[in-house]
Amino acid sequence: MPNLWILIIIGVVAVMGFVGARQRALSSGQGDIRNLHSLPSFYGTNAMLAGLIPSLVVLALWTAFQPLVIQSSVTHIIEADQELSDGQLSLAMTDVRRIATGLELAIESGRLDLDEVMDMRADVTDVRPLLGEMGVAVGSDVTPRDLDAAQRFVAMAQTGNLLKTVLVIALSVLGTAFAFVRTSAVFRARIAVERVTMALLIAAASIAILTTVGIVLSMIVNTVEFFRLYPATDFFFGTRWNGTSQLGVLPLLWGTLYISVIALIVAVPIGLFAAIYLSEYASPAVRSFAKPALEVLAGIPTIVYGLFALLTVGPFLLRVFGSGGTFGVDWMSGATAVITAGVVMGIMLIPFVSSLSDDIINAVPQAMRDGSLGLGATPSETIKQVVMPAALPGIVGAILLAASRAIGETMIVVLGAGAAARLSMNPFEAMTTVTTRIVSQLTGDADFTSAQALVAFALGMTLFVITLALNVFALYIVRKYREQYD
Amino acid sequence: MYDEPALESKVTNKDIKIAARNVQVFYGDTHAIKDVNVEIQDKTVTAFIGPSGCGKSTFLRCLNRMNDTIDICRVEGDILLDSEDIYDKRVDPVQLRAKVGMVFQKPNPFPKSIYDNVAYGPRIHGLAKNKADLDEIVEKSLRRGAIWDEVKDRLHAPGTGLSGGQQQRLCIARAVATEPEVLLMDEPCSALDPIATGQVEELIDELRDSYSVVIVTHSMQQAARVSQKTAFFHLGNLVEYGETSQIFTNPVDSRTESYITGRIG
Repeated sequence: MPNLWILIIIGVVAVMGFVGARQRALSSGQGDIRNLHSLPSFYGTNAMLAGLIPSLVVLALWTAFQPLVIQSSVTHIIEADQELSDGQLSLAMTDVRRIATGLELAIESGRLDLDEVMDMRADVTDVRPLLGEMGVAVGSDVTPRDLDAAQRFVAMAQTGNLLKTVLVIALSVLGTAFAFVRTSAVFRARIAVERVTMALLIAAASIAILTTVGIVLSMIVNTVEFFRLYPATDFFFGTRWNGTSQLGVLPLLWGTLYISVIALIVAVPIGLFAAIYLSEYASPAVRSFAKPALEVLAGIPTIVYGLFALLTVGPFLLRVFGSGGTFGVDWMSGATAVITAGVVMGIMLIPFVSSLSDDIINAVPQAMRDGSLGLGATPSETIKQVVMPAALPGIVGAILLAASRAIGETMIVVLGAGAAARLSMNPFEAMTTVTTRIVSQLTGDADFTSAQALVAFALGMTLFVITLALNVFALYIVRKYREQYD
Repeated sequence: MYDEPALESKVTNKDIKIAARNVQVFYGDTHAIKDVNVEIQDKTVTAFIGPSGCGKSTFLRCLNRMNDTIDICRVEGDILLDSEDIYDKRVDPVQLRAKVGMVFQKPNPFPKSIYDNVAYGPRIHGLAKNKADLDEIVEKSLRRGAIWDEVKDRLHAPGTGLSGGQQQRLCIARAVATEPEVLLMDEPCSALDPIATGQVEELIDELRDSYSVVIVTHSMQQAARVSQKTAFFHLGNLVEYGETSQIFTNPVDSRTESYITGRIG
């Protein structure tokens, strides 16, 4: 039975449970809800959740894991026949799955029944035209081994689906019935529902956290694998990067930090001054227009900033600093350079810095400003000497958060900074960063088990540790600041 | 007070320091102060009393244009300081506030050291010629604020680390350090214990020798103790203004009597 039907059935059971339990609660309270421990709808919700949650959880898990179990079991059949490499095995499995799909379609359309499919023999029946009829094209004639595996596949899937349907519907009915029987005036349904609500919220939070943990663990595993193939000292202290034999991280880190620093030099003063204007000087009318307008910048996808860097800012800088340019200096030879990417990334970070700083400056109590203004200080003296020192820890936190975004930024650098890994002080030269190298190492046709591909995980891990440290530091500073006034 | 320095009229004792004529204050559409006329004398403590929301703090804040920082607030009428209109276009509110200092209801020390808190005003107004001069101003102000003995050993500790009463006396010292001519105090003792209140009241009495002090208070005993003149506000109107002794013993208006005896408020 398809999942949709199962869902409809457990939905109907849940609605019946809700209505039934509500009625039962009302009648057990002699029709007066003041005799009940909880409001009638709590009893209904309790019965509904008791049926829904276990059946939905089992349905989701079963649907997710059944293919994996079948896959591994079928793989054994194929491997029993002969030793295969990973590539051959995955090809064979693809064939098996296609055949199985064809057979399932044949059963569904009523062309064959399950027993006929199970009795099929490759040397007797010609399976290929049959599959063709079902719209499944198979490259070669079906071997007995493949048909065997496919039959096993179909059989297991059939049994699995049947078991799933029975189990899920049984859980739904039993859960609802259990809650229905328990429903009485003294049953504390409100507390039960509240507890389930809390459990659901905890489950949502844990999924987010567990995903993070999973990502980190998988990165660690691959990073360790990489360090088996490539010495860690060469990776961390190597000054050369060519993407194949020389995988030193230093030139990439240098490019990352250089571009980030230029971005912050652009973003911090502009963002901070904009924030000061918005929070201290702007009239409410200007503020209500300017703040959202500034935040529109934050909504532009970074790839668009990348185009802006490649097509507008880069050529402009080249006209100014390139040979025969405005200044008559020949510092820049191509449009893609550290300065191009840095400036555009800085523009991207302006709304980030300004909106965080604006919130922090607004959090400085008005009493501070009143105290300063009441002593005859001008607004700018007040900002410089009272508001800024009070807001400084928070602003530092905002800048560090902006820095960790700059370090992790990819698209602007791909388009704006070039692809050459080098250790140089010249901001007009092309350089590359950790993030862009991760992209290029993984998008080629390199084998996923080679050092060239696995280095991406080591790079990702390095980046993750750096940004994590920055974020933790920033949050620590921001939190310390919050305690001061709240 | 004016951007261009003007000749100041000579002030004799008990001169009129601040005169308000037909002052109206609006917060958006709300008429907060209605037609207030009052003359505040120099070298006198004037107390503003009245129930909460009667407009006494609002009126106090008009006297040094602190209401300018509130966008929806509008002031009409004339307020004269030494016979010059403080709401005149030529008046720089920054200079006005240097002359008319203010102490707020809640202690609001800056997140700086005790020394820097007091030195803040003298520094921005350039009152000290050198470091020794500044040290002297700070010590003198802290002594006037009756807090010197408690903080003299930790002048460079943060001002926010002091207790509430100490913070308020620090704020008074900070206001005194700029040598204002008028000191406005908005319920300066509402966050203080009786001992600190007593110290601040003593301080107010001493300040009378050099300044005109205007104090908003909810405590009628305090008004009776520290002030020579009392103004009673009710629902945005100035109901009665006169000698403190007369207001408290023989009020003219029945509303004043009701408030003082605790029947309205």
